[in-house]
Amino acid sequence: MENLTTQMAGVPLNHYIYLCAIIFTIGVIGVLTRRNAIVIFMSVELMLNAVNLLLTAFSVHSNDPSGQVFVFFIMALAAAEVAVGLAIIVMVYRNTKSIDINVLNRLKW
Amino acid sequence: MSTQVFYFVATLSILFSLLVIFAKNPIHSVLYLILTFFTFTVHYVLLNAQFLAVVNFIVYMGAIMVLFLFVLMLLNLNKETEPVKSPLIKIVGVIAGCCLIVTLVGSFKAATITSPLILKNPGLGLVENLGKELFGPFLLPFELSSLLLLAAMVGAVLLSKRDEVEA
Repeated sequence: MENLTTQMAGVPLNHYIYLCAIIFTIGVIGVLTRRNAIVIFMSVELMLNAVNLLLTAFSVHSNDPSGQVFVFFIMALAAAEVAVGLAIIVMVYRNTKSIDINVLNRLKW
Repeated sequence: MSTQVFYFVATLSILFSLLVIFAKNPIHSVLYLILTFFTFTVHYVLLNAQFLAVVNFIVYMGAIMVLFLFVLMLLNLNKETEPVKSPLIKIVGVIAGCCLIVTLVGSFKAATITSPLILKNPGLGLVENLGKELFGPFLLPFELSSLLLLAAMVGAVLLSKRDEVEA
């Protein structure tokens, strides 16, 4: 595995930045275009993962383990967020029999 | 050769994440999301962040995906119950996303770092190194995250419990 990673010298850092920007944007598009609350949650997970990958890439770039510790905390936070969020979605489904977020449009005002 | 692995896996990540948001059936979305997370695990392995690769594998592909699939099957959602947005909203959303990516890429071009990514310390992402960091300068946030997880657990149980008084 270390032979593999020492050969990684060819990938420029900005290609990691572009990849993460593209995946983050896909997450944003998912949040904007979907109405299913669970798919919106999955798009948020995509955005979190894009940021995680970028933090790891920068951590390797600057030879600082703090970035990877941040990723670890983000993963713990994502797990907590998903648990609470899905509990809320189940609750909404029980009360409205739908997970269409437009049912909750009164939250806008 | 390894750089080609990166570009191949990056293409797969983008492809699968596009499929996540454009799949009609929510179950297919979850399955594509699992594949996306798997490609991210490969990215972590390529960066020699082995601890994060394992944690990503266990937490995302294990715990979080099981939770998503469980809720989807519990609520019995499929293509028929899938709410559809008007095509106008979809087009506007995609255009807004394209504007975002153009802005991001433009700003990264201005401040670009073209130096190749070199792993200076091969043991950077190993458990030993991260453990020293985690239980050294990051000890307080680490302990606080246990509180966060406890609060989330209590909150999830409380939210999904039926209201006994009204029933």
